[in-house]
Amino acid sequence: MSMNSEGRPTGLENVEATTTKFESYSGHQGLRLAEPLIYEIGSTELTGVDFEDLEEFDAQLGGVERQSEIGCAGLAEPDVMRHYTRLSRRNYGIDMGVFPLGSCTMKHNPRLNEKIARLPGFSNVHPLQPMSTVQGAIELMEELSTWLTRMTNMPVVALSPKAGAHGELCGVMAMRKAHEAKGDARSVVLCPESAHGTNPATAAFCGYKVKAIPAKDNGRVDMQALIASLDETVAAVMLTNPNTCGLFENEVRQIADAIHDNGSYFYCDGANFNAIAGKVCPGDLGVDAMHFNLHKTFSTPHGGGGPGSGPVVFSDRLKDYVPVPYIVNDAEGKFALKEWLEIEGDTSFGRLTAFHGQMGMYTRALTYMLSHGIDGIKQASEDAVLNANYVQASLKEDMSLAFDSYCMHECLFDDGFLKDTGVTTLDFAKAMIDEGYHPMTMYFPLVVHGAMLVEPTESESKYNLDQFIRSMKGLAAEAKSGNKQRFLAAPYHAPYARLDETLAARKPILRYENNES
Amino acid sequence: MIKYTEDHEWIAVDGDIATIGITDHAQNALGDVVFVELPEVGAAYGQGDDAAVVESVKAASEVYAPISGEVTEVNSALEDDPSLVNSSATDAGWFFKLKIADSNELDEMMDEDAYSDFIAD
Amino acid sequence: MRYLPLSDADRQDMLSTIGASNVDALFSDVPAEFLNAKIDLPTRKTELEVERHMSKLAAKNTAAGSVPFFVGAGAYHHHVPSSVDHLIQRGEFLTAYTPYQPEIAQGTLQVIFEFQTQVAQLTGMDVANASMYDGSTGCAEAIMMARRVTRKKKAILAGNLHPHYREVCLTQTQYTDDELVSQAANPSDPEAELQAVIDAIDDTTSCVLVQNPDVFGNVRDLTAVAEKAHAHKALLVAVFTEVVSLGALKSPGEMGADIVVGEGQSIGNGLNFGGPYVGLFATNQKYVRQMPGRLCGQTVDADGKRGFVLTLSTREQHIRREKATSNICTNSGLCALAFSIHMSLLGEKGIRQLAMVNHKKTLDLKTALNSIEGVEVLNKAFFNEITLRITGDATDVVEKLAKKDIIAGVPGGRLFPNAGLDDHILLAATECVTDDDIAALTAGLKEVL
Repeated sequence: MSMNSEGRPTGLENVEATTTKFESYSGHQGLRLAEPLIYEIGSTELTGVDFEDLEEFDAQLGGVERQSEIGCAGLAEPDVMRHYTRLSRRNYGIDMGVFPLGSCTMKHNPRLNEKIARLPGFSNVHPLQPMSTVQGAIELMEELSTWLTRMTNMPVVALSPKAGAHGELCGVMAMRKAHEAKGDARSVVLCPESAHGTNPATAAFCGYKVKAIPAKDNGRVDMQALIASLDETVAAVMLTNPNTCGLFENEVRQIADAIHDNGSYFYCDGANFNAIAGKVCPGDLGVDAMHFNLHKTFSTPHGGGGPGSGPVVFSDRLKDYVPVPYIVNDAEGKFALKEWLEIEGDTSFGRLTAFHGQMGMYTRALTYMLSHGIDGIKQASEDAVLNANYVQASLKEDMSLAFDSYCMHECLFDDGFLKDTGVTTLDFAKAMIDEGYHPMTMYFPLVVHGAMLVEPTESESKYNLDQFIRSMKGLAAEAKSGNKQRFLAAPYHAPYARLDETLAARKPILRYENNES
Repeated sequence: MIKYTEDHEWIAVDGDIATIGITDHAQNALGDVVFVELPEVGAAYGQGDDAAVVESVKAASEVYAPISGEVTEVNSALEDDPSLVNSSATDAGWFFKLKIADSNELDEMMDEDAYSDFIAD
Repeated sequence: MRYLPLSDADRQDMLSTIGASNVDALFSDVPAEFLNAKIDLPTRKTELEVERHMSKLAAKNTAAGSVPFFVGAGAYHHHVPSSVDHLIQRGEFLTAYTPYQPEIAQGTLQVIFEFQTQVAQLTGMDVANASMYDGSTGCAEAIMMARRVTRKKKAILAGNLHPHYREVCLTQTQYTDDELVSQAANPSDPEAELQAVIDAIDDTTSCVLVQNPDVFGNVRDLTAVAEKAHAHKALLVAVFTEVVSLGALKSPGEMGADIVVGEGQSIGNGLNFGGPYVGLFATNQKYVRQMPGRLCGQTVDADGKRGFVLTLSTREQHIRREKATSNICTNSGLCALAFSIHMSLLGEKGIRQLAMVNHKKTLDLKTALNSIEGVEVLNKAFFNEITLRITGDATDVVEKLAKKDIIAGVPGGRLFPNAGLDDHILLAATECVTDDDIAALTAGLKEVL
């Protein structure tokens, strides 16, 4: 045989298990790479963008030229790639694992959506170019409108709101305008105690006093209490359905009728539409206005906190009050956008944003809809509800259910199972990070003590769910067995240990300051 | 004389001046206090009006004027060190002082024993 | 369905674990007559079919990069370096949520902290928030913030504020305690427009909103407005729609602005037919607790390592509910990330160069257009936008040029209906404009006028 002169140990005979940690010289730890602020690695002299050389010329800036330093650090492209790549690796995203964040619908973001949104005919068109040159863009908005109105069985949609909360504003403003048209704006909006905080904030923003409606022991709105609160001062009732406890308001039709009999409007917060899309039409339930969150139900990416998109569908009662812009057909049958209120007789309540809203999100959402088809959207809703009920059924003995009945697309636990363990909902959530999961929504809704709201979405396979359930069972058992340390100092395995939010709020440092100068 | 309200505020009366703060029970429920917004000296409040705000990391609560009156002094030490509300709720963590407009309003309030029973419920 | 990982066998297994006979049993709270509604919409499509359908729609639009293109007025055609779009599509950024769990969101949080610093530096202010929906909604928020700070109600909107911004402010404050005074546009005399604002300020004024460069492209110094405002305990809200201008102009902070609001789309973000964009919002330290929107702050973790968290969140709706500073729940995270990456590539040196290239192109455009019979450029001082007065109907002229594949700008009447500006055209020239583009526009205008 010929001899291999490159022999080196390839087994583990002389290698011990790595349980001891040591400090590195670089600050990095293997693939856990430290990354300073851009200001600590870049400089005002560096740039990663090249420009054509300019000849000397006389500027016409009117004597308002910048004389002072800006101070923004620059970097060449290789270091920019590294900076953001390293930072990204400290983030958890849907692409990495289960993201059971109740009420937020962290479903898979199909990459086809991204590809389509980047077609130059969508991404590189200006909102104010001649409408004859953007017929395809307006047609896309029209097609999206068709999907949204047919899925809800409601006649019109306003696309422009920039997010869910902005959509609420759109809906409640239209309601106020409609009341004013009848000569009476009324003064009160009713919101359940379990509502998202945006609901009362929106109502207050529209000049309404907010009155809370209590919930019953079964997690639904107390219909009797609601009806008792209805009088001639009530402009609207804002309900979330399915509600924030993950339950469908089974008396919703009677509630809607009572609201309408009182001359009030029914606003539905559509945050949880993912449970019923393709299965139930909110228009059939008597809803007058409902916003969608395209970034939840229709998979446009959350992007670390926006951009969202919150179109609002309206019933016949409100269709005359929608904001501009809206789509019209001109004399030649071409698409156009109506951008201004007419001087006479226009009942629209105004404009919510510059231009036409979140086109980049319309493109992605419509791509999702076309991909699924109405059959796929229905299937997705069923799977989302099935997954949530599977998690609930599998964990109800280990954790404590807030309401023991079938849930919709999210299941709600309280902290009853942690009683006397010394472990809080927050600690439990942080321990989930060590298990490789993003924590569930915690301490919301407010009506449940130490709430834990778990929304698996339809994107999780049975394998993923079983693994998640095993983890949760294990953690619940650990907490009950008195192993507090595992929780109180959690997370151990995250890129960072627990952060001091008190310090951040007491001594706010909100920007980089070069303390050496 | 120290009295307590159902909104978990204490009121210490000295002549016609009342010193107002939040109770130890209240600071405990709030968690680490990070910011206090105080009223302006000279501002007049009716009983139950919002007079100040106390914020922790995760909660913000109104502090009400427990009785009617005009603000004579505020505890500006809280602006630099809001943690005094946690460490000394009933002493160095006081909020503001009012010139009492109607001392009859004090009659409704709880004494220390009644308040202890109130929070034990 | 390609995005749904459950098999039929899985579904059956799971139903038996739950103890339900079929999936509709889980929907038993829904009254039967409303369940499984008949909905007339198409069924699922393959990736290829969707791409085909959407590509057809996209092909019906004229993209900015494909023709001579001069539209500005609040959204701008700039070049975005390739690395920006590559980085924002990393799943850890793209598919992350709002950073409420800081231990596993330090990427997003550090980016926001750097973004806040960049925005504060560009605007010459102390602090900036994590972004707003866009510039227009930021203006409405600024008005309400000024009311909270000054405890006064009257906001004056300068005449040359972008009309959409004006409309958004008017709409959003319909039912709040704010009172808006809206002044008339003045494209040909920007100094008079400014003077009208100064003259209107009195002790009841809470703030004035002035745009610079204004919607017609005029550049001014706002120092005198700030001085008058401050003399009456009012705030100057300085507005911009073209953030690149901050690379060439004295910052709003240096002019005495108390709040700065603007659109950041030009850096890192495409035109996208109007959205999503990124609103920039900055103010001074003393007003920070009255500022709307999310904020990220520095702190340490349990091991003493520097890290970042969302902070001062008690101003926000999820805590204050009906007493919140605003009903806004989200920011424009991914657009802010794109902004921040592009800004990190540019740095001080790059943003200054980019600004001067923009200015030079616009100077060349002005020179070329002034040579045309029947065209008058109104601007004396400008950055990268100018306004023309022409002999003829601007809508008609712009439409005729579009038929020649030249996208010339925005007709005055589209932004200012019934305001007598039907013979005005608003144009912008960025680094994307070539000498050939300017020549094509000049020749085209000569033909159609």
